[in-house]
Amino acid sequence: MDKPFAITLDPGSSLANLTGSWRTLRPEYVDRLPPCNAACPAGENIQGWLFHAESGNYEKAWRSLVENNPMPAIMGRVCYHPCEGACNREQVDSAVGINSVERFLGDEANKHGWQFAPAAPPTGRRVLVVGSGPAGLSAAYHLTRMGHQAVIYEAGPLAGGMLRFGIPKYRLPREVLDAEIKRLTDFGVEIQLQTKVTNVLEAMKDGFDAVFLGVGAHIAKRAYIPAGDACKVLDAVAVLRDMEGESAPLLGRKVVVYGGGNTALDVARTAKRLGAEEAIIVYRRTREKMPAHHFEVEEALQEGISIKWLTTIKEAGMSEDGGDIMVEKMALDDKGFPQPTGEFERIEANSVVLALGQDADLSLLDNVPGLVVNKGMIEIDAGMMTGHPGVFAGGDMAGNERTVTVAVGHGKLAARAIDSWLRGETWVPPPRHELATFERMNPWYYSDAPKTMRPVLDIIRRQSTFDEVLGGLDETNALFEARRCMSCGNCFECDNCYGVCPDNAVIKLGPGKRFKFNLDYCKGCGICATECPCGAIKMVPEGN
Amino acid sequence: MLKQMEGSRAVAEAVALCRPEVICAYPISPQTHIVEALGEMVKDGSLTNSEFINVESEFAAMSVAIGASAAGARSYTATASQGLLYMVEAVYNASGLGLPIVMTVANRAIGAPINIWNDHSDALSQRDSGWLQLFAETNQEALDLHIQAFRLAEELSLPIMVCMDGFILTHAYERVDMPTQEQVDAYLPPYSPRQVLDPAEPVSIGAMVGPEAFMEVRYLAHAKQMEALTLIPAYAAEFKAVFGRDSGGLLHTYSTEDAETIIIAMGSVLGTIKDVIDEMRQGDNGGHKIGVLGITCFRPFPLAGVAAALQHCKRFVVLEKSLAIGIGGIVATNVRMAVTGMGLKGYTVIAGLGGRAITKKSLHAVFRKAEMDNIDPVTFLDLDWKVVNNQLEREKAHRKSGPVAEALLRDVGVVAARNY
Amino acid sequence: MSFQPVKFYQTGTFTVGNRLLPPEERSVQSSDKRFNSINSGHRACQGCGEALGARYAIDAAMEATNGQVIAANATGCLEVFSTPYPETSWQIPWIHSLFGNTAAVATGIAAALKVKGQTQTRVVAQGGDGGTTDIGFGCLSGMFERNDDVLYICYDNGGYMNTGVQRSSATPSAARTSTTPAVGSAPGNVFGQGKFLPAIALAHDIPYVATATVADLRDLEAKVRRAMEIRGARYIHILVPCPLGWGTAAHDTIRMARLAKETGTFPVFEAEYGEIKSVLAIRHPLPVEDYLKPQKRYAHLFGKQPKVDVIAHLQAQADRNIKRYGLLEQGTR
Repeated sequence: MDKPFAITLDPGSSLANLTGSWRTLRPEYVDRLPPCNAACPAGENIQGWLFHAESGNYEKAWRSLVENNPMPAIMGRVCYHPCEGACNREQVDSAVGINSVERFLGDEANKHGWQFAPAAPPTGRRVLVVGSGPAGLSAAYHLTRMGHQAVIYEAGPLAGGMLRFGIPKYRLPREVLDAEIKRLTDFGVEIQLQTKVTNVLEAMKDGFDAVFLGVGAHIAKRAYIPAGDACKVLDAVAVLRDMEGESAPLLGRKVVVYGGGNTALDVARTAKRLGAEEAIIVYRRTREKMPAHHFEVEEALQEGISIKWLTTIKEAGMSEDGGDIMVEKMALDDKGFPQPTGEFERIEANSVVLALGQDADLSLLDNVPGLVVNKGMIEIDAGMMTGHPGVFAGGDMAGNERTVTVAVGHGKLAARAIDSWLRGETWVPPPRHELATFERMNPWYYSDAPKTMRPVLDIIRRQSTFDEVLGGLDETNALFEARRCMSCGNCFECDNCYGVCPDNAVIKLGPGKRFKFNLDYCKGCGICATECPCGAIKMVPEGN
Repeated sequence: MLKQMEGSRAVAEAVALCRPEVICAYPISPQTHIVEALGEMVKDGSLTNSEFINVESEFAAMSVAIGASAAGARSYTATASQGLLYMVEAVYNASGLGLPIVMTVANRAIGAPINIWNDHSDALSQRDSGWLQLFAETNQEALDLHIQAFRLAEELSLPIMVCMDGFILTHAYERVDMPTQEQVDAYLPPYSPRQVLDPAEPVSIGAMVGPEAFMEVRYLAHAKQMEALTLIPAYAAEFKAVFGRDSGGLLHTYSTEDAETIIIAMGSVLGTIKDVIDEMRQGDNGGHKIGVLGITCFRPFPLAGVAAALQHCKRFVVLEKSLAIGIGGIVATNVRMAVTGMGLKGYTVIAGLGGRAITKKSLHAVFRKAEMDNIDPVTFLDLDWKVVNNQLEREKAHRKSGPVAEALLRDVGVVAARNY
Repeated sequence: MSFQPVKFYQTGTFTVGNRLLPPEERSVQSSDKRFNSINSGHRACQGCGEALGARYAIDAAMEATNGQVIAANATGCLEVFSTPYPETSWQIPWIHSLFGNTAAVATGIAAALKVKGQTQTRVVAQGGDGGTTDIGFGCLSGMFERNDDVLYICYDNGGYMNTGVQRSSATPSAARTSTTPAVGSAPGNVFGQGKFLPAIALAHDIPYVATATVADLRDLEAKVRRAMEIRGARYIHILVPCPLGWGTAAHDTIRMARLAKETGTFPVFEAEYGEIKSVLAIRHPLPVEDYLKPQKRYAHLFGKQPKVDVIAHLQAQADRNIKRYGLLEQGTR
C-alpha cells in the first residue's frame, strides 16, 4: 500500500510509546494468608488442597492435604472446623463447607486405597511416641515422613486414644478410624499396643533419640455428689471407653448427664442410642455459656435429649425410693456466674454420668529433671519441647484447647521441632504472610452460591442406632462446595487483572504460572488491584 | 451516440458509464435531476454493482462517500450551493485523506438571500479545499469531464469537483455525443485505491498530525495538485484519442492569436462570450482584436498556461460569476497572480450573480468600453445603480433601515410597498 | 482462538476467566490470543474506561467475525489518544474522518463492502457521547433509519472529556462540568434535559439495541457477539467511566460502572426491533448516594449541608429506570 505521509499509519505502532514512564504507583502480585489456613489448628493448607479439589483432582487434593494432616477422613468428621468460622465467604453468603470436602477427600482415599507418598530416606534416628491418640499419630506420621523411625507405645488394647475411646461411633465410625490408622502403620509407623510407659526416661533407653508425649487426658474430673445405692454415678470417660468394650455400659431407662461440654452431649446421645427413654443433661449455666458446640447441642435436642440449664445436682439416689436425683436451680449473678437459688427439684434417674472434664495422667513423668507441670499440664516451649531436652509433648496433656485438630497440629509441630533438635538445630516457625482480610477482596466477582448442606440421618435411626449421623457429600456437591472457595489472598488465575487493564499491560504466563506486569506500558492506574477478586495485588509507590 | 437530452441526464448517464460503486444522494436544486436519474438506473437494474444511498444531508453524502472511497469503492455524489456549504467540513476531509471522490457541483448562488439560480460562488468558496475543480462550458464537456475526472482523481488520489452551471446546463436539453461503455472502459481502468481499509492489511487512516508534520502534509497536497497540471492535459489528449473530441484540459483559447484584449471566463457563459467575440470580429462593426481564454481547470490553477495565453495581449478582462466581497473578483485575483510582472491592464467584471442574465448586448457594451480602458477595475455588469443608491441613501439616513434584500425587491417593484 | 485452561475458578464467578463455561461462552478477554485491537502505548489517561471499553467491544467483534472488522471512529478522546502521528494503537483497519460523521462514514464503508461482495467483513462505527448524541446524531439517525449494516458503539462517559470536560447531551443531571459549573442556585447540569440515546435508537425499530458497562465484561461481549450475528443497523451504548471528568480515582473505573448499574442510574438491557428483550438485573440494590459520593463532579451535593432534594431527584431518576426497565427482575421478557 502506498500510504500517504503522516495521515495513514502502520497498525499497532504505538508500542513505541512506553507509557510505563507515567507511573507513580506500581502493581505487585502478593500472596496473603487465607483466614482458613490461619485458623486451622492442624496447620492445614486448606486453600491449597481446595485448589486441586476444585479441578476435580481429588487424589492430588488429598495428597496436598496429608502433607499436614494424615487423617482427613477422621478430621472431616470430628474437627470443629474453626476454618469455617474464619472463612471470608461467610460475609458473602455462608462459609465454604471445608470440613465436608475434607471428609469427602478422606473417604475417597479410603475408597481408592490411596497411600502416602514415600518417606524420606532413613536418618537412622529413632523417636519414641507415647500414646496413639491424634497427637501421637500425627507426630509419628510426620517423623516417619522425615525419615526418622517413630515407634508408638500405646497403653491400651487398640490404637486411637480418645478418637476411639472418647468419640462415639455415630460421629466417627470405627472402620474409618481403623482405615486411617492402618494407612499409617502401612507407611511405617510402628505401634506397640498395651505398652504402658511408666517412666519415660527409662523407656527412652530402648534406643530412642527423643520422645514425644501424647498421652492425652483420660482421668475424669469428679465432683462430690452424695449418692445412694439406687442411682449409679459414673464418669463420662469410662462410659465412652466401655462402649468400645465387649458389653455396653448399663445406664438404665433414665440417664442424667452432668456437664456442658461436648463429652456430656456424647454421653447423653450415646445413652439415648443404648435405649434410655430419657437422657437429660444438667448444666449449671446457660445455653450461651455451654462449651459444647452449637451444632452438637442442636443435634442432641433433635434426638430428644433434654437439657436443664442453670441447674446443679445436689444429691443422687438419696430419696426413699432411690431412683431419682435432687437438683437446684441456679441464677446468674452480675458477673455471669451461677449462684444457688435454694429452689430444689427431684428428677427420676437410674444413673448419673459426670462429664466435668478430664485430667492427664502425668505419673510417667515423675522424676524427669527440668520438666515443669503447671495446673495439671506440661509446660512446653514454642517448639513443643518440655523443660527436659529431647522430651516433647502435645495434645490434651499440653494445651488448654483440647480438640483432635489441636492435637494433630501439636503432633506436626513437635515432629518438625524434633527433626530440628535431632540435627542440633532449633526449629523456627516459617514467617507467615499477611492475613487475607475480607476488606482486601472484591467479592463482587463471586456469585451467590450458598453452602451445600450435608445429608443428615433420619431421626428414628439416630435415636436407636450408632449409624453415622452426618452424611458425606457426593462428588457433585463436594466439587460445588470446593468451588465456593474464594482463594482469599492468593492468585487463582481468574484472568481479571489480564482482562481489566486498559493498557494491555498484564502478561499471561500460562496455566499455573500466573501473570506478570508489563511495566513498559503499565500506567499504574490500579484497576487490577481494585478488581482483583481475592486481593492478591497491591499497589506500591514507584521508586521504592 | 448522438442524443438529445437534458444536461443532468447526460451527466447521469456518463457517471453511470464510469461504473460508480457507491452513489450518495441528497436533494438540492439544481443537481437533483442527476441523482434522480442515477437512482432510477440503480433501481431498475440498468446500473449494476452500485449502491445508491439516500442520505439525510449533504454532510452525510460526503461522509458516506468518504467511507466508501476509503473502503475502495468508486464513489460519487452531487450537490450545489447550500448543500456544498453544509458538507464543507467533509469536503476538506475527503481531500485531506486523499480520497478520489468525484462530485458534480451544479453551480448555484449562496444565500442569504436564498437563491436557487446559477453563479459560481458555491464552488469557488471551496477553491482552497484541496479538491480539483473543473468547469464545464457545455453539456458535452460536463459529460466528458466526469469521465476524465474519475481517472484523474483515482490516479492522483485526490477528489474532484466537476462544476456545471445550474439550470443553464443542468436543465438545458442539448444534443450530446454519449460514449459507449466500451469506450469508457477503455479509457477508465477499474479503481485501484492508493490506500484501502482492508482487514488483510490494516492501517489507521486519519491520524492526528501535529506541528511536526502538518506543514509537510499540506505541502504534499499542494505538490499533488501541481502534478495535476501535467496530468490533466495528458488525460485530455488521451481522451481525444479514444473519444475523438477535445474536452477538458486546463484552458482553451479562442481567437486569441492577435487579440489585444482577452476575455477570461469559466463555464457556460463562454458560449455567449464567444458569440459576442465573433460578432465583434466579424460583421459590420467588426475588426476588434479581441479573444477569449476559457479556464476549464480552476484548481489547480494553471498559472503558466494563463500567462502564456495572455503574453501577447494588452489587456484582459475577467468576467466572473462570483464575487469576493470586500475585494472584487475571485477568478480575477488568480489571473492577476498569473500575469504578475507582465505589465498588463486587467479588469474584473462581476456578472450573472444569482442567475442574473448575461446578455450579448451588455457584453458588447462592456467589452467595447474595456477595449478603450474605459471601465472600472471592478465592474458590476448590469447592476441597477438606482436601486443600490436608493438603499445606500436609506442606510445613511436610518441606521436600522430593515432587511436589505426586501428593500431592494420593493425598489424594483417585486414586493408591494407597505409602509412606504 | 485458544483458551488457557484455568486451573482454579469459582462457581459462576463474574471474573474475566472462568473455565466452568462452555468455550463459546468464555470471555474473549481471558484468551492469551485475544486481538488487542487497541494496542499498548496509547495515550489514554490512567484508568481510562473508554480505552478498556473499546478493547472489550472491538476484540469481541473481531472474535465474532474472525478478524474481519473495519472501524470508523469519531473525533474525540478515543481517536486522539489512539492515533497521534506517528503512532497508532489500532491493529485493525481504522479510519477517522470527522467528529459528526462517523455513522455516515461507516455507511459508506458498508456500502463499499456490499458492492464488492465482501460481506464477511463487518463495519463498526464508534464514538464518544458527544460524537454520538450531539454532533453525530443526524448521521447516526440517518444510518439507523436506512438500516445500514453497521454496528455503532457509543462509549458514553457523560461529556466532552477530550476538550476539558464540557457538558454533552449525555451529561447526567446535577453533574459538574466546565460548562455546567457547580455554582449558583442550581449548580451542575440541569434536570429534565439531556437524552438517553438507546431509547431513541429503539424508536428507530432497528434490529438491535443494547446497553452495557465495562463492569460486566461477559454481558458486553455477549451483546457485541449478538450484534455481529445480525445484519442491519445496530447500536450498543457502553458506559465508560472517566476518572478525569468524573473526578474519581483511576483504580475505581470499573467500580463506578458497577455502581451506576447497581443503583439503577444506568439501565443495562438489550432490545431487538424496538422491543426490550432482556435486562441485566441489579444484583445488590444500592442507593444512588453510593454511586454519587465517590465522584467529585457531584461533590457539591455532599457539602456540609447535603442537598438532599437534589439527591432525592437523582434517586427518583434511578427508580424510574428500575421501574421502566424492570431492573430488579433478571432475565428475558
